Amino acid sequence: MEFFKINRNIPFMSYGRYTTTISLVTFIVAVFFIVTKGLNFGVDFTGGTVMEVHYAQTADLNKVRGQLADMGLHDVLVQNFGSSHDVLLQVSLKQNVVGAKLSEQILDKLRQQDASVEMRRVEFVGPQVGQDLVENGALALLLVSIGIACYLWVRFEWKFGLAAIIANLHDVIIIIGFFAFFQWDFSLTVLAALLAVLGYSVNESVVVFDRIRENFRKMRKTEVAEIIDNAITRTMSRTIITHLCTQMMVTAMLFLGGETLHYFALALTIGILFSIYSSVLVASPLLMLMGVSREDFIKTEKVTEEVLS
Amino acid sequence: MNRYPLWKYLLVLVVFILGLIYTLPNFYGESPAVQVLPLRANLKADSALLQRVDDALKAANLNAEGVALDLTSVKARFNNTDNQLKAKDVLQAQLGDDYMVALNLLSRSPQWLTAMNARPMYLGLDLRGGVHFLLQIDMKGALDKAMEAASGDMRSILRDQNIAYSGISRDGRMVTVKFRDADTRSKGTAELKQRFGGLAFNDKNEGNELLLLATLKPEEEKRIQESAVQQNLITLRNRVNELGVAEPIIQQQGVDRIVVQLPGVLDTAHAKDILGRTATLEVRLVDDEHKFSEGFAVPFGTEMFKDRDGSMLLVKKTVLLTGERINDAQPGFDNRSNEPAVHINLDGAGTRKFKEATRENVGKRMAILLFEKGKGEVVTAPVIREEIGGGRVQISGQMNTKEANDISLLLRAGALAAPMEIIEERTVGPSLGADNIVRGFRSTQIGFVAIAVFMITYYLMFGAVSVLALGANLLLLVALLSMLQATLTLPGMAGIALTLGMAIDANVLINERIREELRNGNTPQASIHAGYDHAFRTILDSNITTLIAGIALFMFGSGAVRGFAVVLCLGILTSMFSAVLVSRALVNLIYGRKLRLTNIAIG
Repeated sequence: MEFFKINRNIPFMSYGRYTTTISLVTFIVAVFFIVTKGLNFGVDFTGGTVMEVHYAQTADLNKVRGQLADMGLHDVLVQNFGSSHDVLLQVSLKQNVVGAKLSEQILDKLRQQDASVEMRRVEFVGPQVGQDLVENGALALLLVSIGIACYLWVRFEWKFGLAAIIANLHDVIIIIGFFAFFQWDFSLTVLAALLAVLGYSVNESVVVFDRIRENFRKMRKTEVAEIIDNAITRTMSRTIITHLCTQMMVTAMLFLGGETLHYFALALTIGILFSIYSSVLVASPLLMLMGVSREDFIKTEKVTEEVLS
Repeated sequence: MNRYPLWKYLLVLVVFILGLIYTLPNFYGESPAVQVLPLRANLKADSALLQRVDDALKAANLNAEGVALDLTSVKARFNNTDNQLKAKDVLQAQLGDDYMVALNLLSRSPQWLTAMNARPMYLGLDLRGGVHFLLQIDMKGALDKAMEAASGDMRSILRDQNIAYSGISRDGRMVTVKFRDADTRSKGTAELKQRFGGLAFNDKNEGNELLLLATLKPEEEKRIQESAVQQNLITLRNRVNELGVAEPIIQQQGVDRIVVQLPGVLDTAHAKDILGRTATLEVRLVDDEHKFSEGFAVPFGTEMFKDRDGSMLLVKKTVLLTGERINDAQPGFDNRSNEPAVHINLDGAGTRKFKEATRENVGKRMAILLFEKGKGEVVTAPVIREEIGGGRVQISGQMNTKEANDISLLLRAGALAAPMEIIEERTVGPSLGADNIVRGFRSTQIGFVAIAVFMITYYLMFGAVSVLALGANLLLLVALLSMLQATLTLPGMAGIALTLGMAIDANVLINERIREELRNGNTPQASIHAGYDHAFRTILDSNITTLIAGIALFMFGSGAVRGFAVVLCLGILTSMFSAVLVSRALVNLIYGRKLRLTNIAIG
């Protein structure tokens, strides 16, 4: 079986103008939503208390809200979680005056009404912790970007490193844009997914770049645009199939992994979709724009040859 | 050209067998167990204890699957939790307070596997259930307290030495002493410098006032902070012992934080109470006039306490001094006899009280008592040799260096553990933990099957080889995680799934390349060779970039995210091995020997 039997090069580079416009527009839209709507940061970052409780019978959310209001907690997020028996409570740090003790007080209160309440999960995050996590997360994102750019610089050429990192940060910004637009819960695991996407989607660019380098050596008389087109066309089959396989795993996680992994898998899904697009239609046009040429490689090859001889 | 030397096949085989062995313990599951740990330094987990446990269980008619002795404890396994709980009660009643009896889970894997150090993966709290606390130590409070104590000491020293000063005040971490003339100031400075090695003194003139400013030297500040953390760690360890938790984790994190993880604990309220409790210390006189004997009535005004060796001591009820008066306690040596000793430093008020008390009771014994949870214990009971002034107390005699260390720690821990606050709590109930395991396992399973079906239909024989390589990858990853005993969390399980999804990339690259070479008119053997050769560099590059992301996640991530990072990094290593070496070995075995290969099944 073979899905892709392409004999002619697809002229990706001649679409460069359109694809760059599309990327730019999606990027700006994503940034717009991040700025205007902001992210719905989870308890990991904002601090607060999250509790997941299980009732033996269908839980009455209004009753729960009433009980919490009795305790002076009026602005608590109370919602079903997974099933009608499971309830998720979220109390912001602002309302919580007793710190880590709050969860027991709430549980005691809920048990007064219904002894069957079972505690499934409690998370309390104080204000000190959230701030650290935001800083560490940003630092990790920065370090990964620099690390990858440097690696590609050493392995290829600085233009490749720069093009790849711009293309992949573009993916990350778009994922964050989705989270801002839909106000999905942005937790620590989502941040981990973002970093994983950054590492993963660079793969994409690396595979194409490798082919471009190979083509520069083999196809001595060909135009740069054609060389890139050929590289993309030849690797397209692999790109699609690899992502299909990875996506199968991620889809399984998305639907079967439970709530904790849901947003993690969602971030990966968006990341995978956009990394196909960006590696082909963002990184390569950028490379063209920066004026990649055969000399970039011939030069380095001469050096290695001298070292060898 | 597509043949491996024998050693490469053997390498793959050996790694595969090792992987199999170390993955094996994960399939046996765990059985409920009871773990008995001695709590006192003079008690040891030895064959005598093993015998006691065994006898107690037999007497209670509880059938243990096995009773075993390890370095620190005796463990007994049962076939159900019912017997486990009964056994806990029986053993606790038999052995008393000197032993901790904790519930635990033990791997059911056979002895020969355990002997090879092959253990099942270590599950994180989100998979096995339990509580995670992050505690913040109030360092500012600890430093302020140290300076407050120092200012009190300065006052009494200057007074004792008859050096006139017009005022001592503390503002944050700076103590200001006011003098009337330069002469007394230099005299006072010399005296104080000699007494307070950890403080830096500076002169300052403000109008016609002559000031002496004392601040903490940076190294002293560091020492105070470090000892505050150490003290709190010791205190927490002692308290967690009481909870009867098997395998608790109590660790320093960063400069001023402590992580406490209690697997299996559900009663978080109780746990928080115990962690947050403050121990108190009291100094009282020992009643040596009445001789203690069996069945004798405790005289009026005295109480009976156990000392650290377990023998009883009669102590008067009047309290001479409480632990709040102790600033510091350090192990050291007696100046004269060179015996190990504990040096205690009292604050101003404590110094005065202690001076009075010792003057009146020379020749008698005093007991230092530690109260925790309303129960007192005699830490040590030395004889008062002479009146002790100046707030520097030395306890010596009949102790070795380790005991001196322990006692000073206990005195500090009881006396001035810097206040702590819970700044993060994560509790996962056991039912959710079990659900998480099932979910993680099922999504990996279904994803794997989907990839397998697709790869085999799309690449035929080469697809099958890829799937086998992917299976080997999973096996090696699980083996590596079991071997390193890295903590497996739910994001870690997601990491396993993601690694598998990404690892297939290498095989897709290879297979696509082989197809392309075939299309270009190369012979099958040459195509296979070129396919693997060309793809390898690309695989290396793309894996290294993912590795960079994984390492950064490990460095900056915490808790569950770190678990994800560990799996991601290890997964890259195993997938490089299996995608390149294992799949090549298989292909070479299948096709490498056929000299006139005209057709290969790659779809």
